[in-house]
Amino acid sequence: MGEAIVITSGKGGVGKTTTTANLGAALAQVGMKVALVDADIGLRNLDVVMGLENRIVYDLVDVVEGFAKLKNALIKDKRFENLYLLPAAQTRDKTAVSPEQMQDLVLKMKEDFDYVLIDSPAGIEQGFRNAVAGADRALVVATPEVSSVRDADRIIGLLEAQEKHKPSLIINRIRPNMVRRGDMMDIDDMIEILAIELLGVVPEDETIVVSTNRGEPAVLNPQSRAGEAYRNITRRLMGEDVPLFKLEEESGFFGRIRKLMGLRG
Amino acid sequence: MFDLLARVFGREESSKTVAKERLRLVLVHDRTSLSPETLEHLKDDLLKVISEYLEIDDHGFRVDVARQDDSMALVANIPVKWVKRPTPGN
Repeated sequence: MGEAIVITSGKGGVGKTTTTANLGAALAQVGMKVALVDADIGLRNLDVVMGLENRIVYDLVDVVEGFAKLKNALIKDKRFENLYLLPAAQTRDKTAVSPEQMQDLVLKMKEDFDYVLIDSPAGIEQGFRNAVAGADRALVVATPEVSSVRDADRIIGLLEAQEKHKPSLIINRIRPNMVRRGDMMDIDDMIEILAIELLGVVPEDETIVVSTNRGEPAVLNPQSRAGEAYRNITRRLMGEDVPLFKLEEESGFFGRIRKLMGLRG
Repeated sequence: MFDLLARVFGREESSKTVAKERLRLVLVHDRTSLSPETLEHLKDDLLKVISEYLEIDDHGFRVDVARQDDSMALVANIPVKWVKRPTPGN
């Protein structure tokens, strides 16, 4: 029996879908059998981030309504044959599925997969309740901004009230330069405020935009710092003890020179 | 540059400190999520219990949540009309 993990945040646009795609690809990379579930019914996006938008025949609602079989709706990834996507319906809304139906679906998927990653929609309404219904574990994605942290706090409260397993935190889009200047909350600030376990930190990285443009998860790009961070998070997710991503790495022109000269840290 | 100078000379807090302070306050508020409905239930229950001992003026009875800095208090204003005589045996 596999494990179902929901990726959620409260606030939109903080990187849930990017995180889901990258963790999925990284888990597949190390040989796990993975299914990604887009639970954002009506606003699907995981398909485009994965570059699989042209292969959709059936969707999650078709499966739940018994119109399509699960195995026919699952889209096999282009790069990994052990990675699958169950796309959301685009022409329906959140009320097309109930939390009980999601729970049954995810339970069924756990029989076939090592990991079922569920990409939650933003908000705290039914879409969110559907997404968390079948999950064994929750990852909360937050960026170091007031609005994101506030919404993450609310989501953590709701998850803890539901007696889900204790959620863990992924801090996304942190900018080491701004942290150094005192213009951005750092990792300790975020943990202190949210008081949950930290799973990992992903730096702001332009390669994410490029990889999303191409529909290729950043973990496939060995040059991508965000990709590297996601690979580390994946290993932690699987229970490995991996030290935190080094954010203090020098960047910019002088940083690169210093690095070349071996004057790091 | 001016920002930096201002900060160096201690005239301005870093924006991260401001963010943290504001978050702390807003989260105290968010986490004590007593909905008006819950507050109304609490008020009814309080009224019931207190009425066993005192006769209260229903109209002047007020219960509110007050917040100051990072703490919260339940503030009740309960006008007493009459003190009941202790029931024998209690």
